[in-house]
Amino acid sequence: MMQPKLPGLVSGMADSQDHKGVLRAEAEPLRVDGMVKRFGAVTAVAGVSFEIAPGACFGLLGPNGAGKSTLIRSIVGRVRLDAGSISIFGKPVSSDKARADLGWVPQELAVYPLLTCRENLQAFGKYQGLHGKVLDDAIAWCLEWAALADRAGSPVKTLSGGMKRRLNMAAGLIHRPRLVLLDEPTVGVDPQSRNRIFEMVEALRNEGTTIIYTTHYMEEAERLCDWIAIIDHGQIIAEGTKEALVARAFGSRSSVTMHFGATRVDLAAWAAKRGGTAQGETGQAGVVLFSVEKPAEIGDLLEAASRDGLEVLDVTLQRPNLESVFLQLTGKELRA
Amino acid sequence: MIGAILQTSFRSLRRDRGAFVMSFILPIGFFTIFGFVFGSMRGSSTPRVTVLVVDEDQSAASQSLVWALEREPSLDATTHAKATKDNPAPAEYTAQTAEAAVRSGDAPAALIIPAGFGAHPIAFGPGGGQQAKFEILHDSADPVAAQVVAGMLQKTVMMSLPATMASVGSQYFDREIGGLTPQQRKQMDAGLARLKQLQDQQDAQQNPGTQPGKPSANNADDFSGFVAVDVKDVVGEKKKSPMISYYAAGVGVMFLLFTASAAGGSLLDESESGALDRVLSARVTMTTLLAGKLIYCALLAFAQLTIMFLWAALVFHLDFFSHIPGFLVMTAITSFAVASFGMLLASVARTRGQLGAFSTLIILTMSALGGSMFPKFLMSNAMLTVGYFTFNSWAISGYQKIFWRDEPISSLGPEVGVLVSAGVVLFVLARWFARKWEYT
Repeated sequence: MMQPKLPGLVSGMADSQDHKGVLRAEAEPLRVDGMVKRFGAVTAVAGVSFEIAPGACFGLLGPNGAGKSTLIRSIVGRVRLDAGSISIFGKPVSSDKARADLGWVPQELAVYPLLTCRENLQAFGKYQGLHGKVLDDAIAWCLEWAALADRAGSPVKTLSGGMKRRLNMAAGLIHRPRLVLLDEPTVGVDPQSRNRIFEMVEALRNEGTTIIYTTHYMEEAERLCDWIAIIDHGQIIAEGTKEALVARAFGSRSSVTMHFGATRVDLAAWAAKRGGTAQGETGQAGVVLFSVEKPAEIGDLLEAASRDGLEVLDVTLQRPNLESVFLQLTGKELRA
Repeated sequence: MIGAILQTSFRSLRRDRGAFVMSFILPIGFFTIFGFVFGSMRGSSTPRVTVLVVDEDQSAASQSLVWALEREPSLDATTHAKATKDNPAPAEYTAQTAEAAVRSGDAPAALIIPAGFGAHPIAFGPGGGQQAKFEILHDSADPVAAQVVAGMLQKTVMMSLPATMASVGSQYFDREIGGLTPQQRKQMDAGLARLKQLQDQQDAQQNPGTQPGKPSANNADDFSGFVAVDVKDVVGEKKKSPMISYYAAGVGVMFLLFTASAAGGSLLDESESGALDRVLSARVTMTTLLAGKLIYCALLAFAQLTIMFLWAALVFHLDFFSHIPGFLVMTAITSFAVASFGMLLASVARTRGQLGAFSTLIILTMSALGGSMFPKFLMSNAMLTVGYFTFNSWAISGYQKIFWRDEPISSLGPEVGVLVSAGVVLFVLARWFARKWEYT
């Protein structure tokens, strides 16, 4: 299992100052160690280990069915592990301390639709043990952070999709946790609201909050995350900074994406023979990803396709990005 | 287009197998319950009126009458309380103990056979004689019992004392028509002797070792049946409407059960929306969450019952304000038990559809058996026994003790014991089933 080299992390411990200014070592915000989870005969997560450095924004990417949701639910203490352990700032996820340090923003709009924004925040704040002025201050901060102060008294069902998403995020941060897990926070929102959410996440980052961010939008991961892990078949198959992942997968090469019309040729075998990765099934249209050192190599690929009776619909040459890495490693597009 | 709508609807129904099955079982189940409750009324398990019989005469005629009453199919006549371990040979009822038993709800009516009945058993026609009056002590919460006992008394007297009937009838004939010729009188006397012999043989079979009675004719001033009967309310004689507290409790509990089921269903909604996961990932345990929901349900139920009884006081003049302590006790325990029941239903069901089907079947069944839908006096004894397994029955019983019988709070021991125990057991079960929400 790959062990990441975390930025600013030495031997899995981060330095921090306590309230007296004394420098001391502190446990990492999140440590997943040899985690295994099975559902009957299916192994959803097969021995995953990783750590996250303080203040990092850790992007967790994976195709559907890769084990990402199980991993997320395990981190928030909603799954009994078959093996391994997960700790938050050195404490088991089931402990009160870990729960206080972790904020979870689920993918679903997990708020009470008949309550107002303020009432929702009040409820989730109390579930986290907040009371009195501390709670009032936390609500005020959340409403401000989520740009919902002017809708504090509006019932959730009257809010727009983007506002609901922002409230959903605020409810997960009401107790001002040091580690925040954002599970696809921009699903189903318009571009304007998405930008607002990006700004909220960036504000958190700037405050030093450690963030785990999952998304199906590669541009979000590229914009927000400074460390990215790709999970597939229940294992972390790659991780690092965006640049490191691209360099590791492609070196100095560029990616060529070729779209083919429906064909009886076994596209996967055809692509593999030429060092590419194919998507789609035989008899249907498909996409093949190649990496090339020089653009002139495209001519060879087109000639080979023509010779083998493949109808080329489109060819794109681009510097590889995170999307290319993902496709290269998993054989699937992130949003597939 | 309509075909597609139908297809989608049926497919959705079929996917939720619990709801699918219950949608067919529900009407059959409920029909069966009604069949048992009302269908059996023509058969051998016809609802019988329990009547406590006090024989103050202790004559052969009165013993014949008691024997006949005990064999009357529509009555469950008894002269003494049921034997228990503590009291294996209970004494026969007296007028006082029978009245106390009626007051405490052990039976809806008691029949007092007066001293002197054997001497002047029946009257025939108006102005028939001086026979002592029977007394029926009854609980007017059961308006049928006294009528049935009075009617059955007339029938039983006529059937069990044929010779006395003929003798008194003959005297009535002599008095009103002017008498018989000597020859007719001779034949009449011969016939009466045969009847008397028959009645004595019957008495001897029924009560071996006792002397047959020798009733004589008498005259009554007014004819109101073969025997004169006084009916006396011993419970609720000053109350305006006997069934108000009964139905306030009965209907109240039935709707409380629906409310509790719906409130418990919020767990399913929150599970569906993801809010439950979020709450449980905070510093809230499943036990805390369930306890919170239980208290919410119980408070809601408490408020509903309070409003129900206040309405009864306002509109139907139920004497609510004189019974507040007892009401508070009954309402608190009923609300707790009902809320636990709602928690259990919600934790057992997997979908809202299943919860709706389960709760409808169980609640309507409990309400039918427990007396929320039809008065208990319309039910057979077997159904009343089954009714002890319902919240409705215990709640109605407790509220009746308070509002109808004016009994003290200390008399609510059985109701408190059963409802609190049921609430605790159901909540523990609900917690056990709620494990499904704790972890994936």
